[in-house]
Amino acid sequence: MTITSPVPSAASTDPGVFLSVEDLRVHFPTDDGLVKSVDGLTFDLRRGEILGIVGESGSGKSVTAQAILGLHKGSKAKISGHIWLDGQDLVPASEDDMRAVRGSEIAMIFQDPLSSLHPFYTIGNQISEAYRVHNKVSGRDARKRTIEMLEKVGIPNAAARYSDYPHQFSGGMRQRAMIAMALICEPKLLIADEPTTALDVTVQAQILELIKELRNELNSAVILITHDLGVVAETCDHVVVMYGGQAVEKGPVADLFDVPEMPYTWGLLSSMPRMDRVRQTRLTPIPGSPPSLIQVPKGCVFNPRCRFSDRVEGNRCFTVHPDLLPTAPGHEVRCHIDPEERRQILLTEIRPNL
Amino acid sequence: MTTETAAVPASPAAPGAPLLEVTDVRKHFPGRSVGLLGRRSNPVKAVDGVSFTVHQGETIGLVGESGCGKSTTGRVVSKLIEPTSGSIRYEGRELAGLRPGQMRPLRREIQMIFQDPYSSLNPRHTIGTIVGSPFHIQRTKPEGGVKKAVQGLMERVGLNPEHYNRYPHEFSGGQRQRIGIARALALRPKLIVCDEPVSALDVSVQAQVVNLLEDLQSEFGLAYLFIAHDLSVVRHISDRVVVMYLGKVMETTDRDTLYESPMHPYTHALLSAVPIPDPTVESRRERILLTGDLPSPSNPPSGCVFHTRCPKYRTQLSETERERCRSEEPVLEEKRPGQSVYCHFAEARTDLIDGEADLPTTSGLRETRPRSAA
Repeated sequence: MTITSPVPSAASTDPGVFLSVEDLRVHFPTDDGLVKSVDGLTFDLRRGEILGIVGESGSGKSVTAQAILGLHKGSKAKISGHIWLDGQDLVPASEDDMRAVRGSEIAMIFQDPLSSLHPFYTIGNQISEAYRVHNKVSGRDARKRTIEMLEKVGIPNAAARYSDYPHQFSGGMRQRAMIAMALICEPKLLIADEPTTALDVTVQAQILELIKELRNELNSAVILITHDLGVVAETCDHVVVMYGGQAVEKGPVADLFDVPEMPYTWGLLSSMPRMDRVRQTRLTPIPGSPPSLIQVPKGCVFNPRCRFSDRVEGNRCFTVHPDLLPTAPGHEVRCHIDPEERRQILLTEIRPNL
Repeated sequence: MTTETAAVPASPAAPGAPLLEVTDVRKHFPGRSVGLLGRRSNPVKAVDGVSFTVHQGETIGLVGESGCGKSTTGRVVSKLIEPTSGSIRYEGRELAGLRPGQMRPLRREIQMIFQDPYSSLNPRHTIGTIVGSPFHIQRTKPEGGVKKAVQGLMERVGLNPEHYNRYPHEFSGGQRQRIGIARALALRPKLIVCDEPVSALDVSVQAQVVNLLEDLQSEFGLAYLFIAHDLSVVRHISDRVVVMYLGKVMETTDRDTLYESPMHPYTHALLSAVPIPDPTVESRRERILLTGDLPSPSNPPSGCVFHTRCPKYRTQLSETERERCRSEEPVLEEKRPGQSVYCHFAEARTDLIDGEADLPTTSGLRETRPRSAA
């Protein structure tokens, strides 16, 4: 496979950028071969912005989040590239350095709140512990702060629920408790990995509303990892679409939904049923299944499932790995098809069937 | 008689008669013993008076939040659990109260597909054994032998018949769900209860499985009871939709009416909560946030079970009207032709999905929506 490492964009010198991921690669050696979970990912994030990372299972979105948090340190994973957080590179940082960063600078909300809360300790205990690790405060102050946080995330009767155990909370309340824990040190970067996937739509709406409110209040940067394009449309400012460990399209949220240009993004948009449309005859699935990350397809990662590879001359989809190239301000696409032709295909073949 | 010949989709039952008629079904699970004297706490009213009908070849969507009793309803209908009271009539025969032995011949006709393709297949059995087990259990001999029938089924659901001897772990989530579908299909049922069949799948694979379910429906004249929490999939696949909350039916009507002019405040909240993959539409939609959590089904609120979380109760009703919600339980009644609602103050809303109240009709594609950039 030809490895084309995109030159780090000039944006990383932009003073507004808070988190800058440059050519991040996370590879896991296994008995079956090298698993390239993330392979050359680059993106920037500013304070107060919500970035959505979308993709199917195995596209590398969660591994990216774990790499930013330094959770692969001490494992066999091979990590290269840079993760600049406010000027500090987290890739070479030691485990001890990371421990100071985690919780206070970066916090994470996981998908399944029941398995990320300890069943033996009370909710209040677990949240205040996070606060006391990073701040020299008395137990009483930590308790007061925890109750404040629980109130802020909308837990009724917070003072009384402080000593409840996780099993006494409902799914939505546990996720709120996790958010309270993540936000108690007012992190500058919040990573939410599928925060609402296990929740009902009504609770999902409450949690997304809460994340947006807290973003406005603390001016944090947020990375929202999800497979639900509806959640992205509702919450995010920018989107990265990942496929096979790579970003295949990224741009402002309006561009991605109005003028998507990558065949995979088209596939995602047309394969989901739309609640706001009268029923079409059939859904248009993406044929096949996601690629193996051990034997990544040669050329474009998406070529085995792409309907449009015959639009490119000389079989380049199967031989040359396309670069992520700008097509409009802030909008980048990894595809060999000529940009003019892509827009034409979108108008004539994709849009009418959406 | 082989199952092959029994598979003719046309039903011998009277035309127009429903395939399945569920009337006032209740399922109360006994409460836990409390204290030394073994006094029992209140029973959990998982399903509390649910009625609906399913016709041949039709898909009924059953939606609601977790804990609303939709899965329990599915299990009661397929008689995996016995209802506490109420009647389940299948082609005119009463299923409630049948003993397992009496139920067995009917199990061919009512099958089930489960949510989690990882836990619903025995990891120690090959695909051939899994898909072939219905034939063995029912002691039927398909024409040409079990292996041929299984391979035919595998081919039909889009699996490679050569993988007959493989184990479930060798398949992806979408393929496993196809295995579950092949197993459900083996005895040519007339009704399949699908409990969240696509919730665990990625969107692109989800579309493949939804299309497969639809193809099989038209090929074999299947009826589906489609239990799901994803309202977009339900809109795509269902003919009629039943909305449940706390063990009761809140609203039931045909698909397009439910999505375009729902009348129950709970349906309003559900629909407004589903994010739509279009930032332009998304920005002008109203989001109705429900406050608080689902009340306990062992101790449901008085009067209307939804009044504790009802946005309408909180913001729009007068005190006398509220008193009625608290004291008098509404009944599911037909408020408009074909639309039954459980609410004293039901009122249709048409602006929930795309933020514009301009959809009096239920037909025609709304392609004229302005796009911000094109």
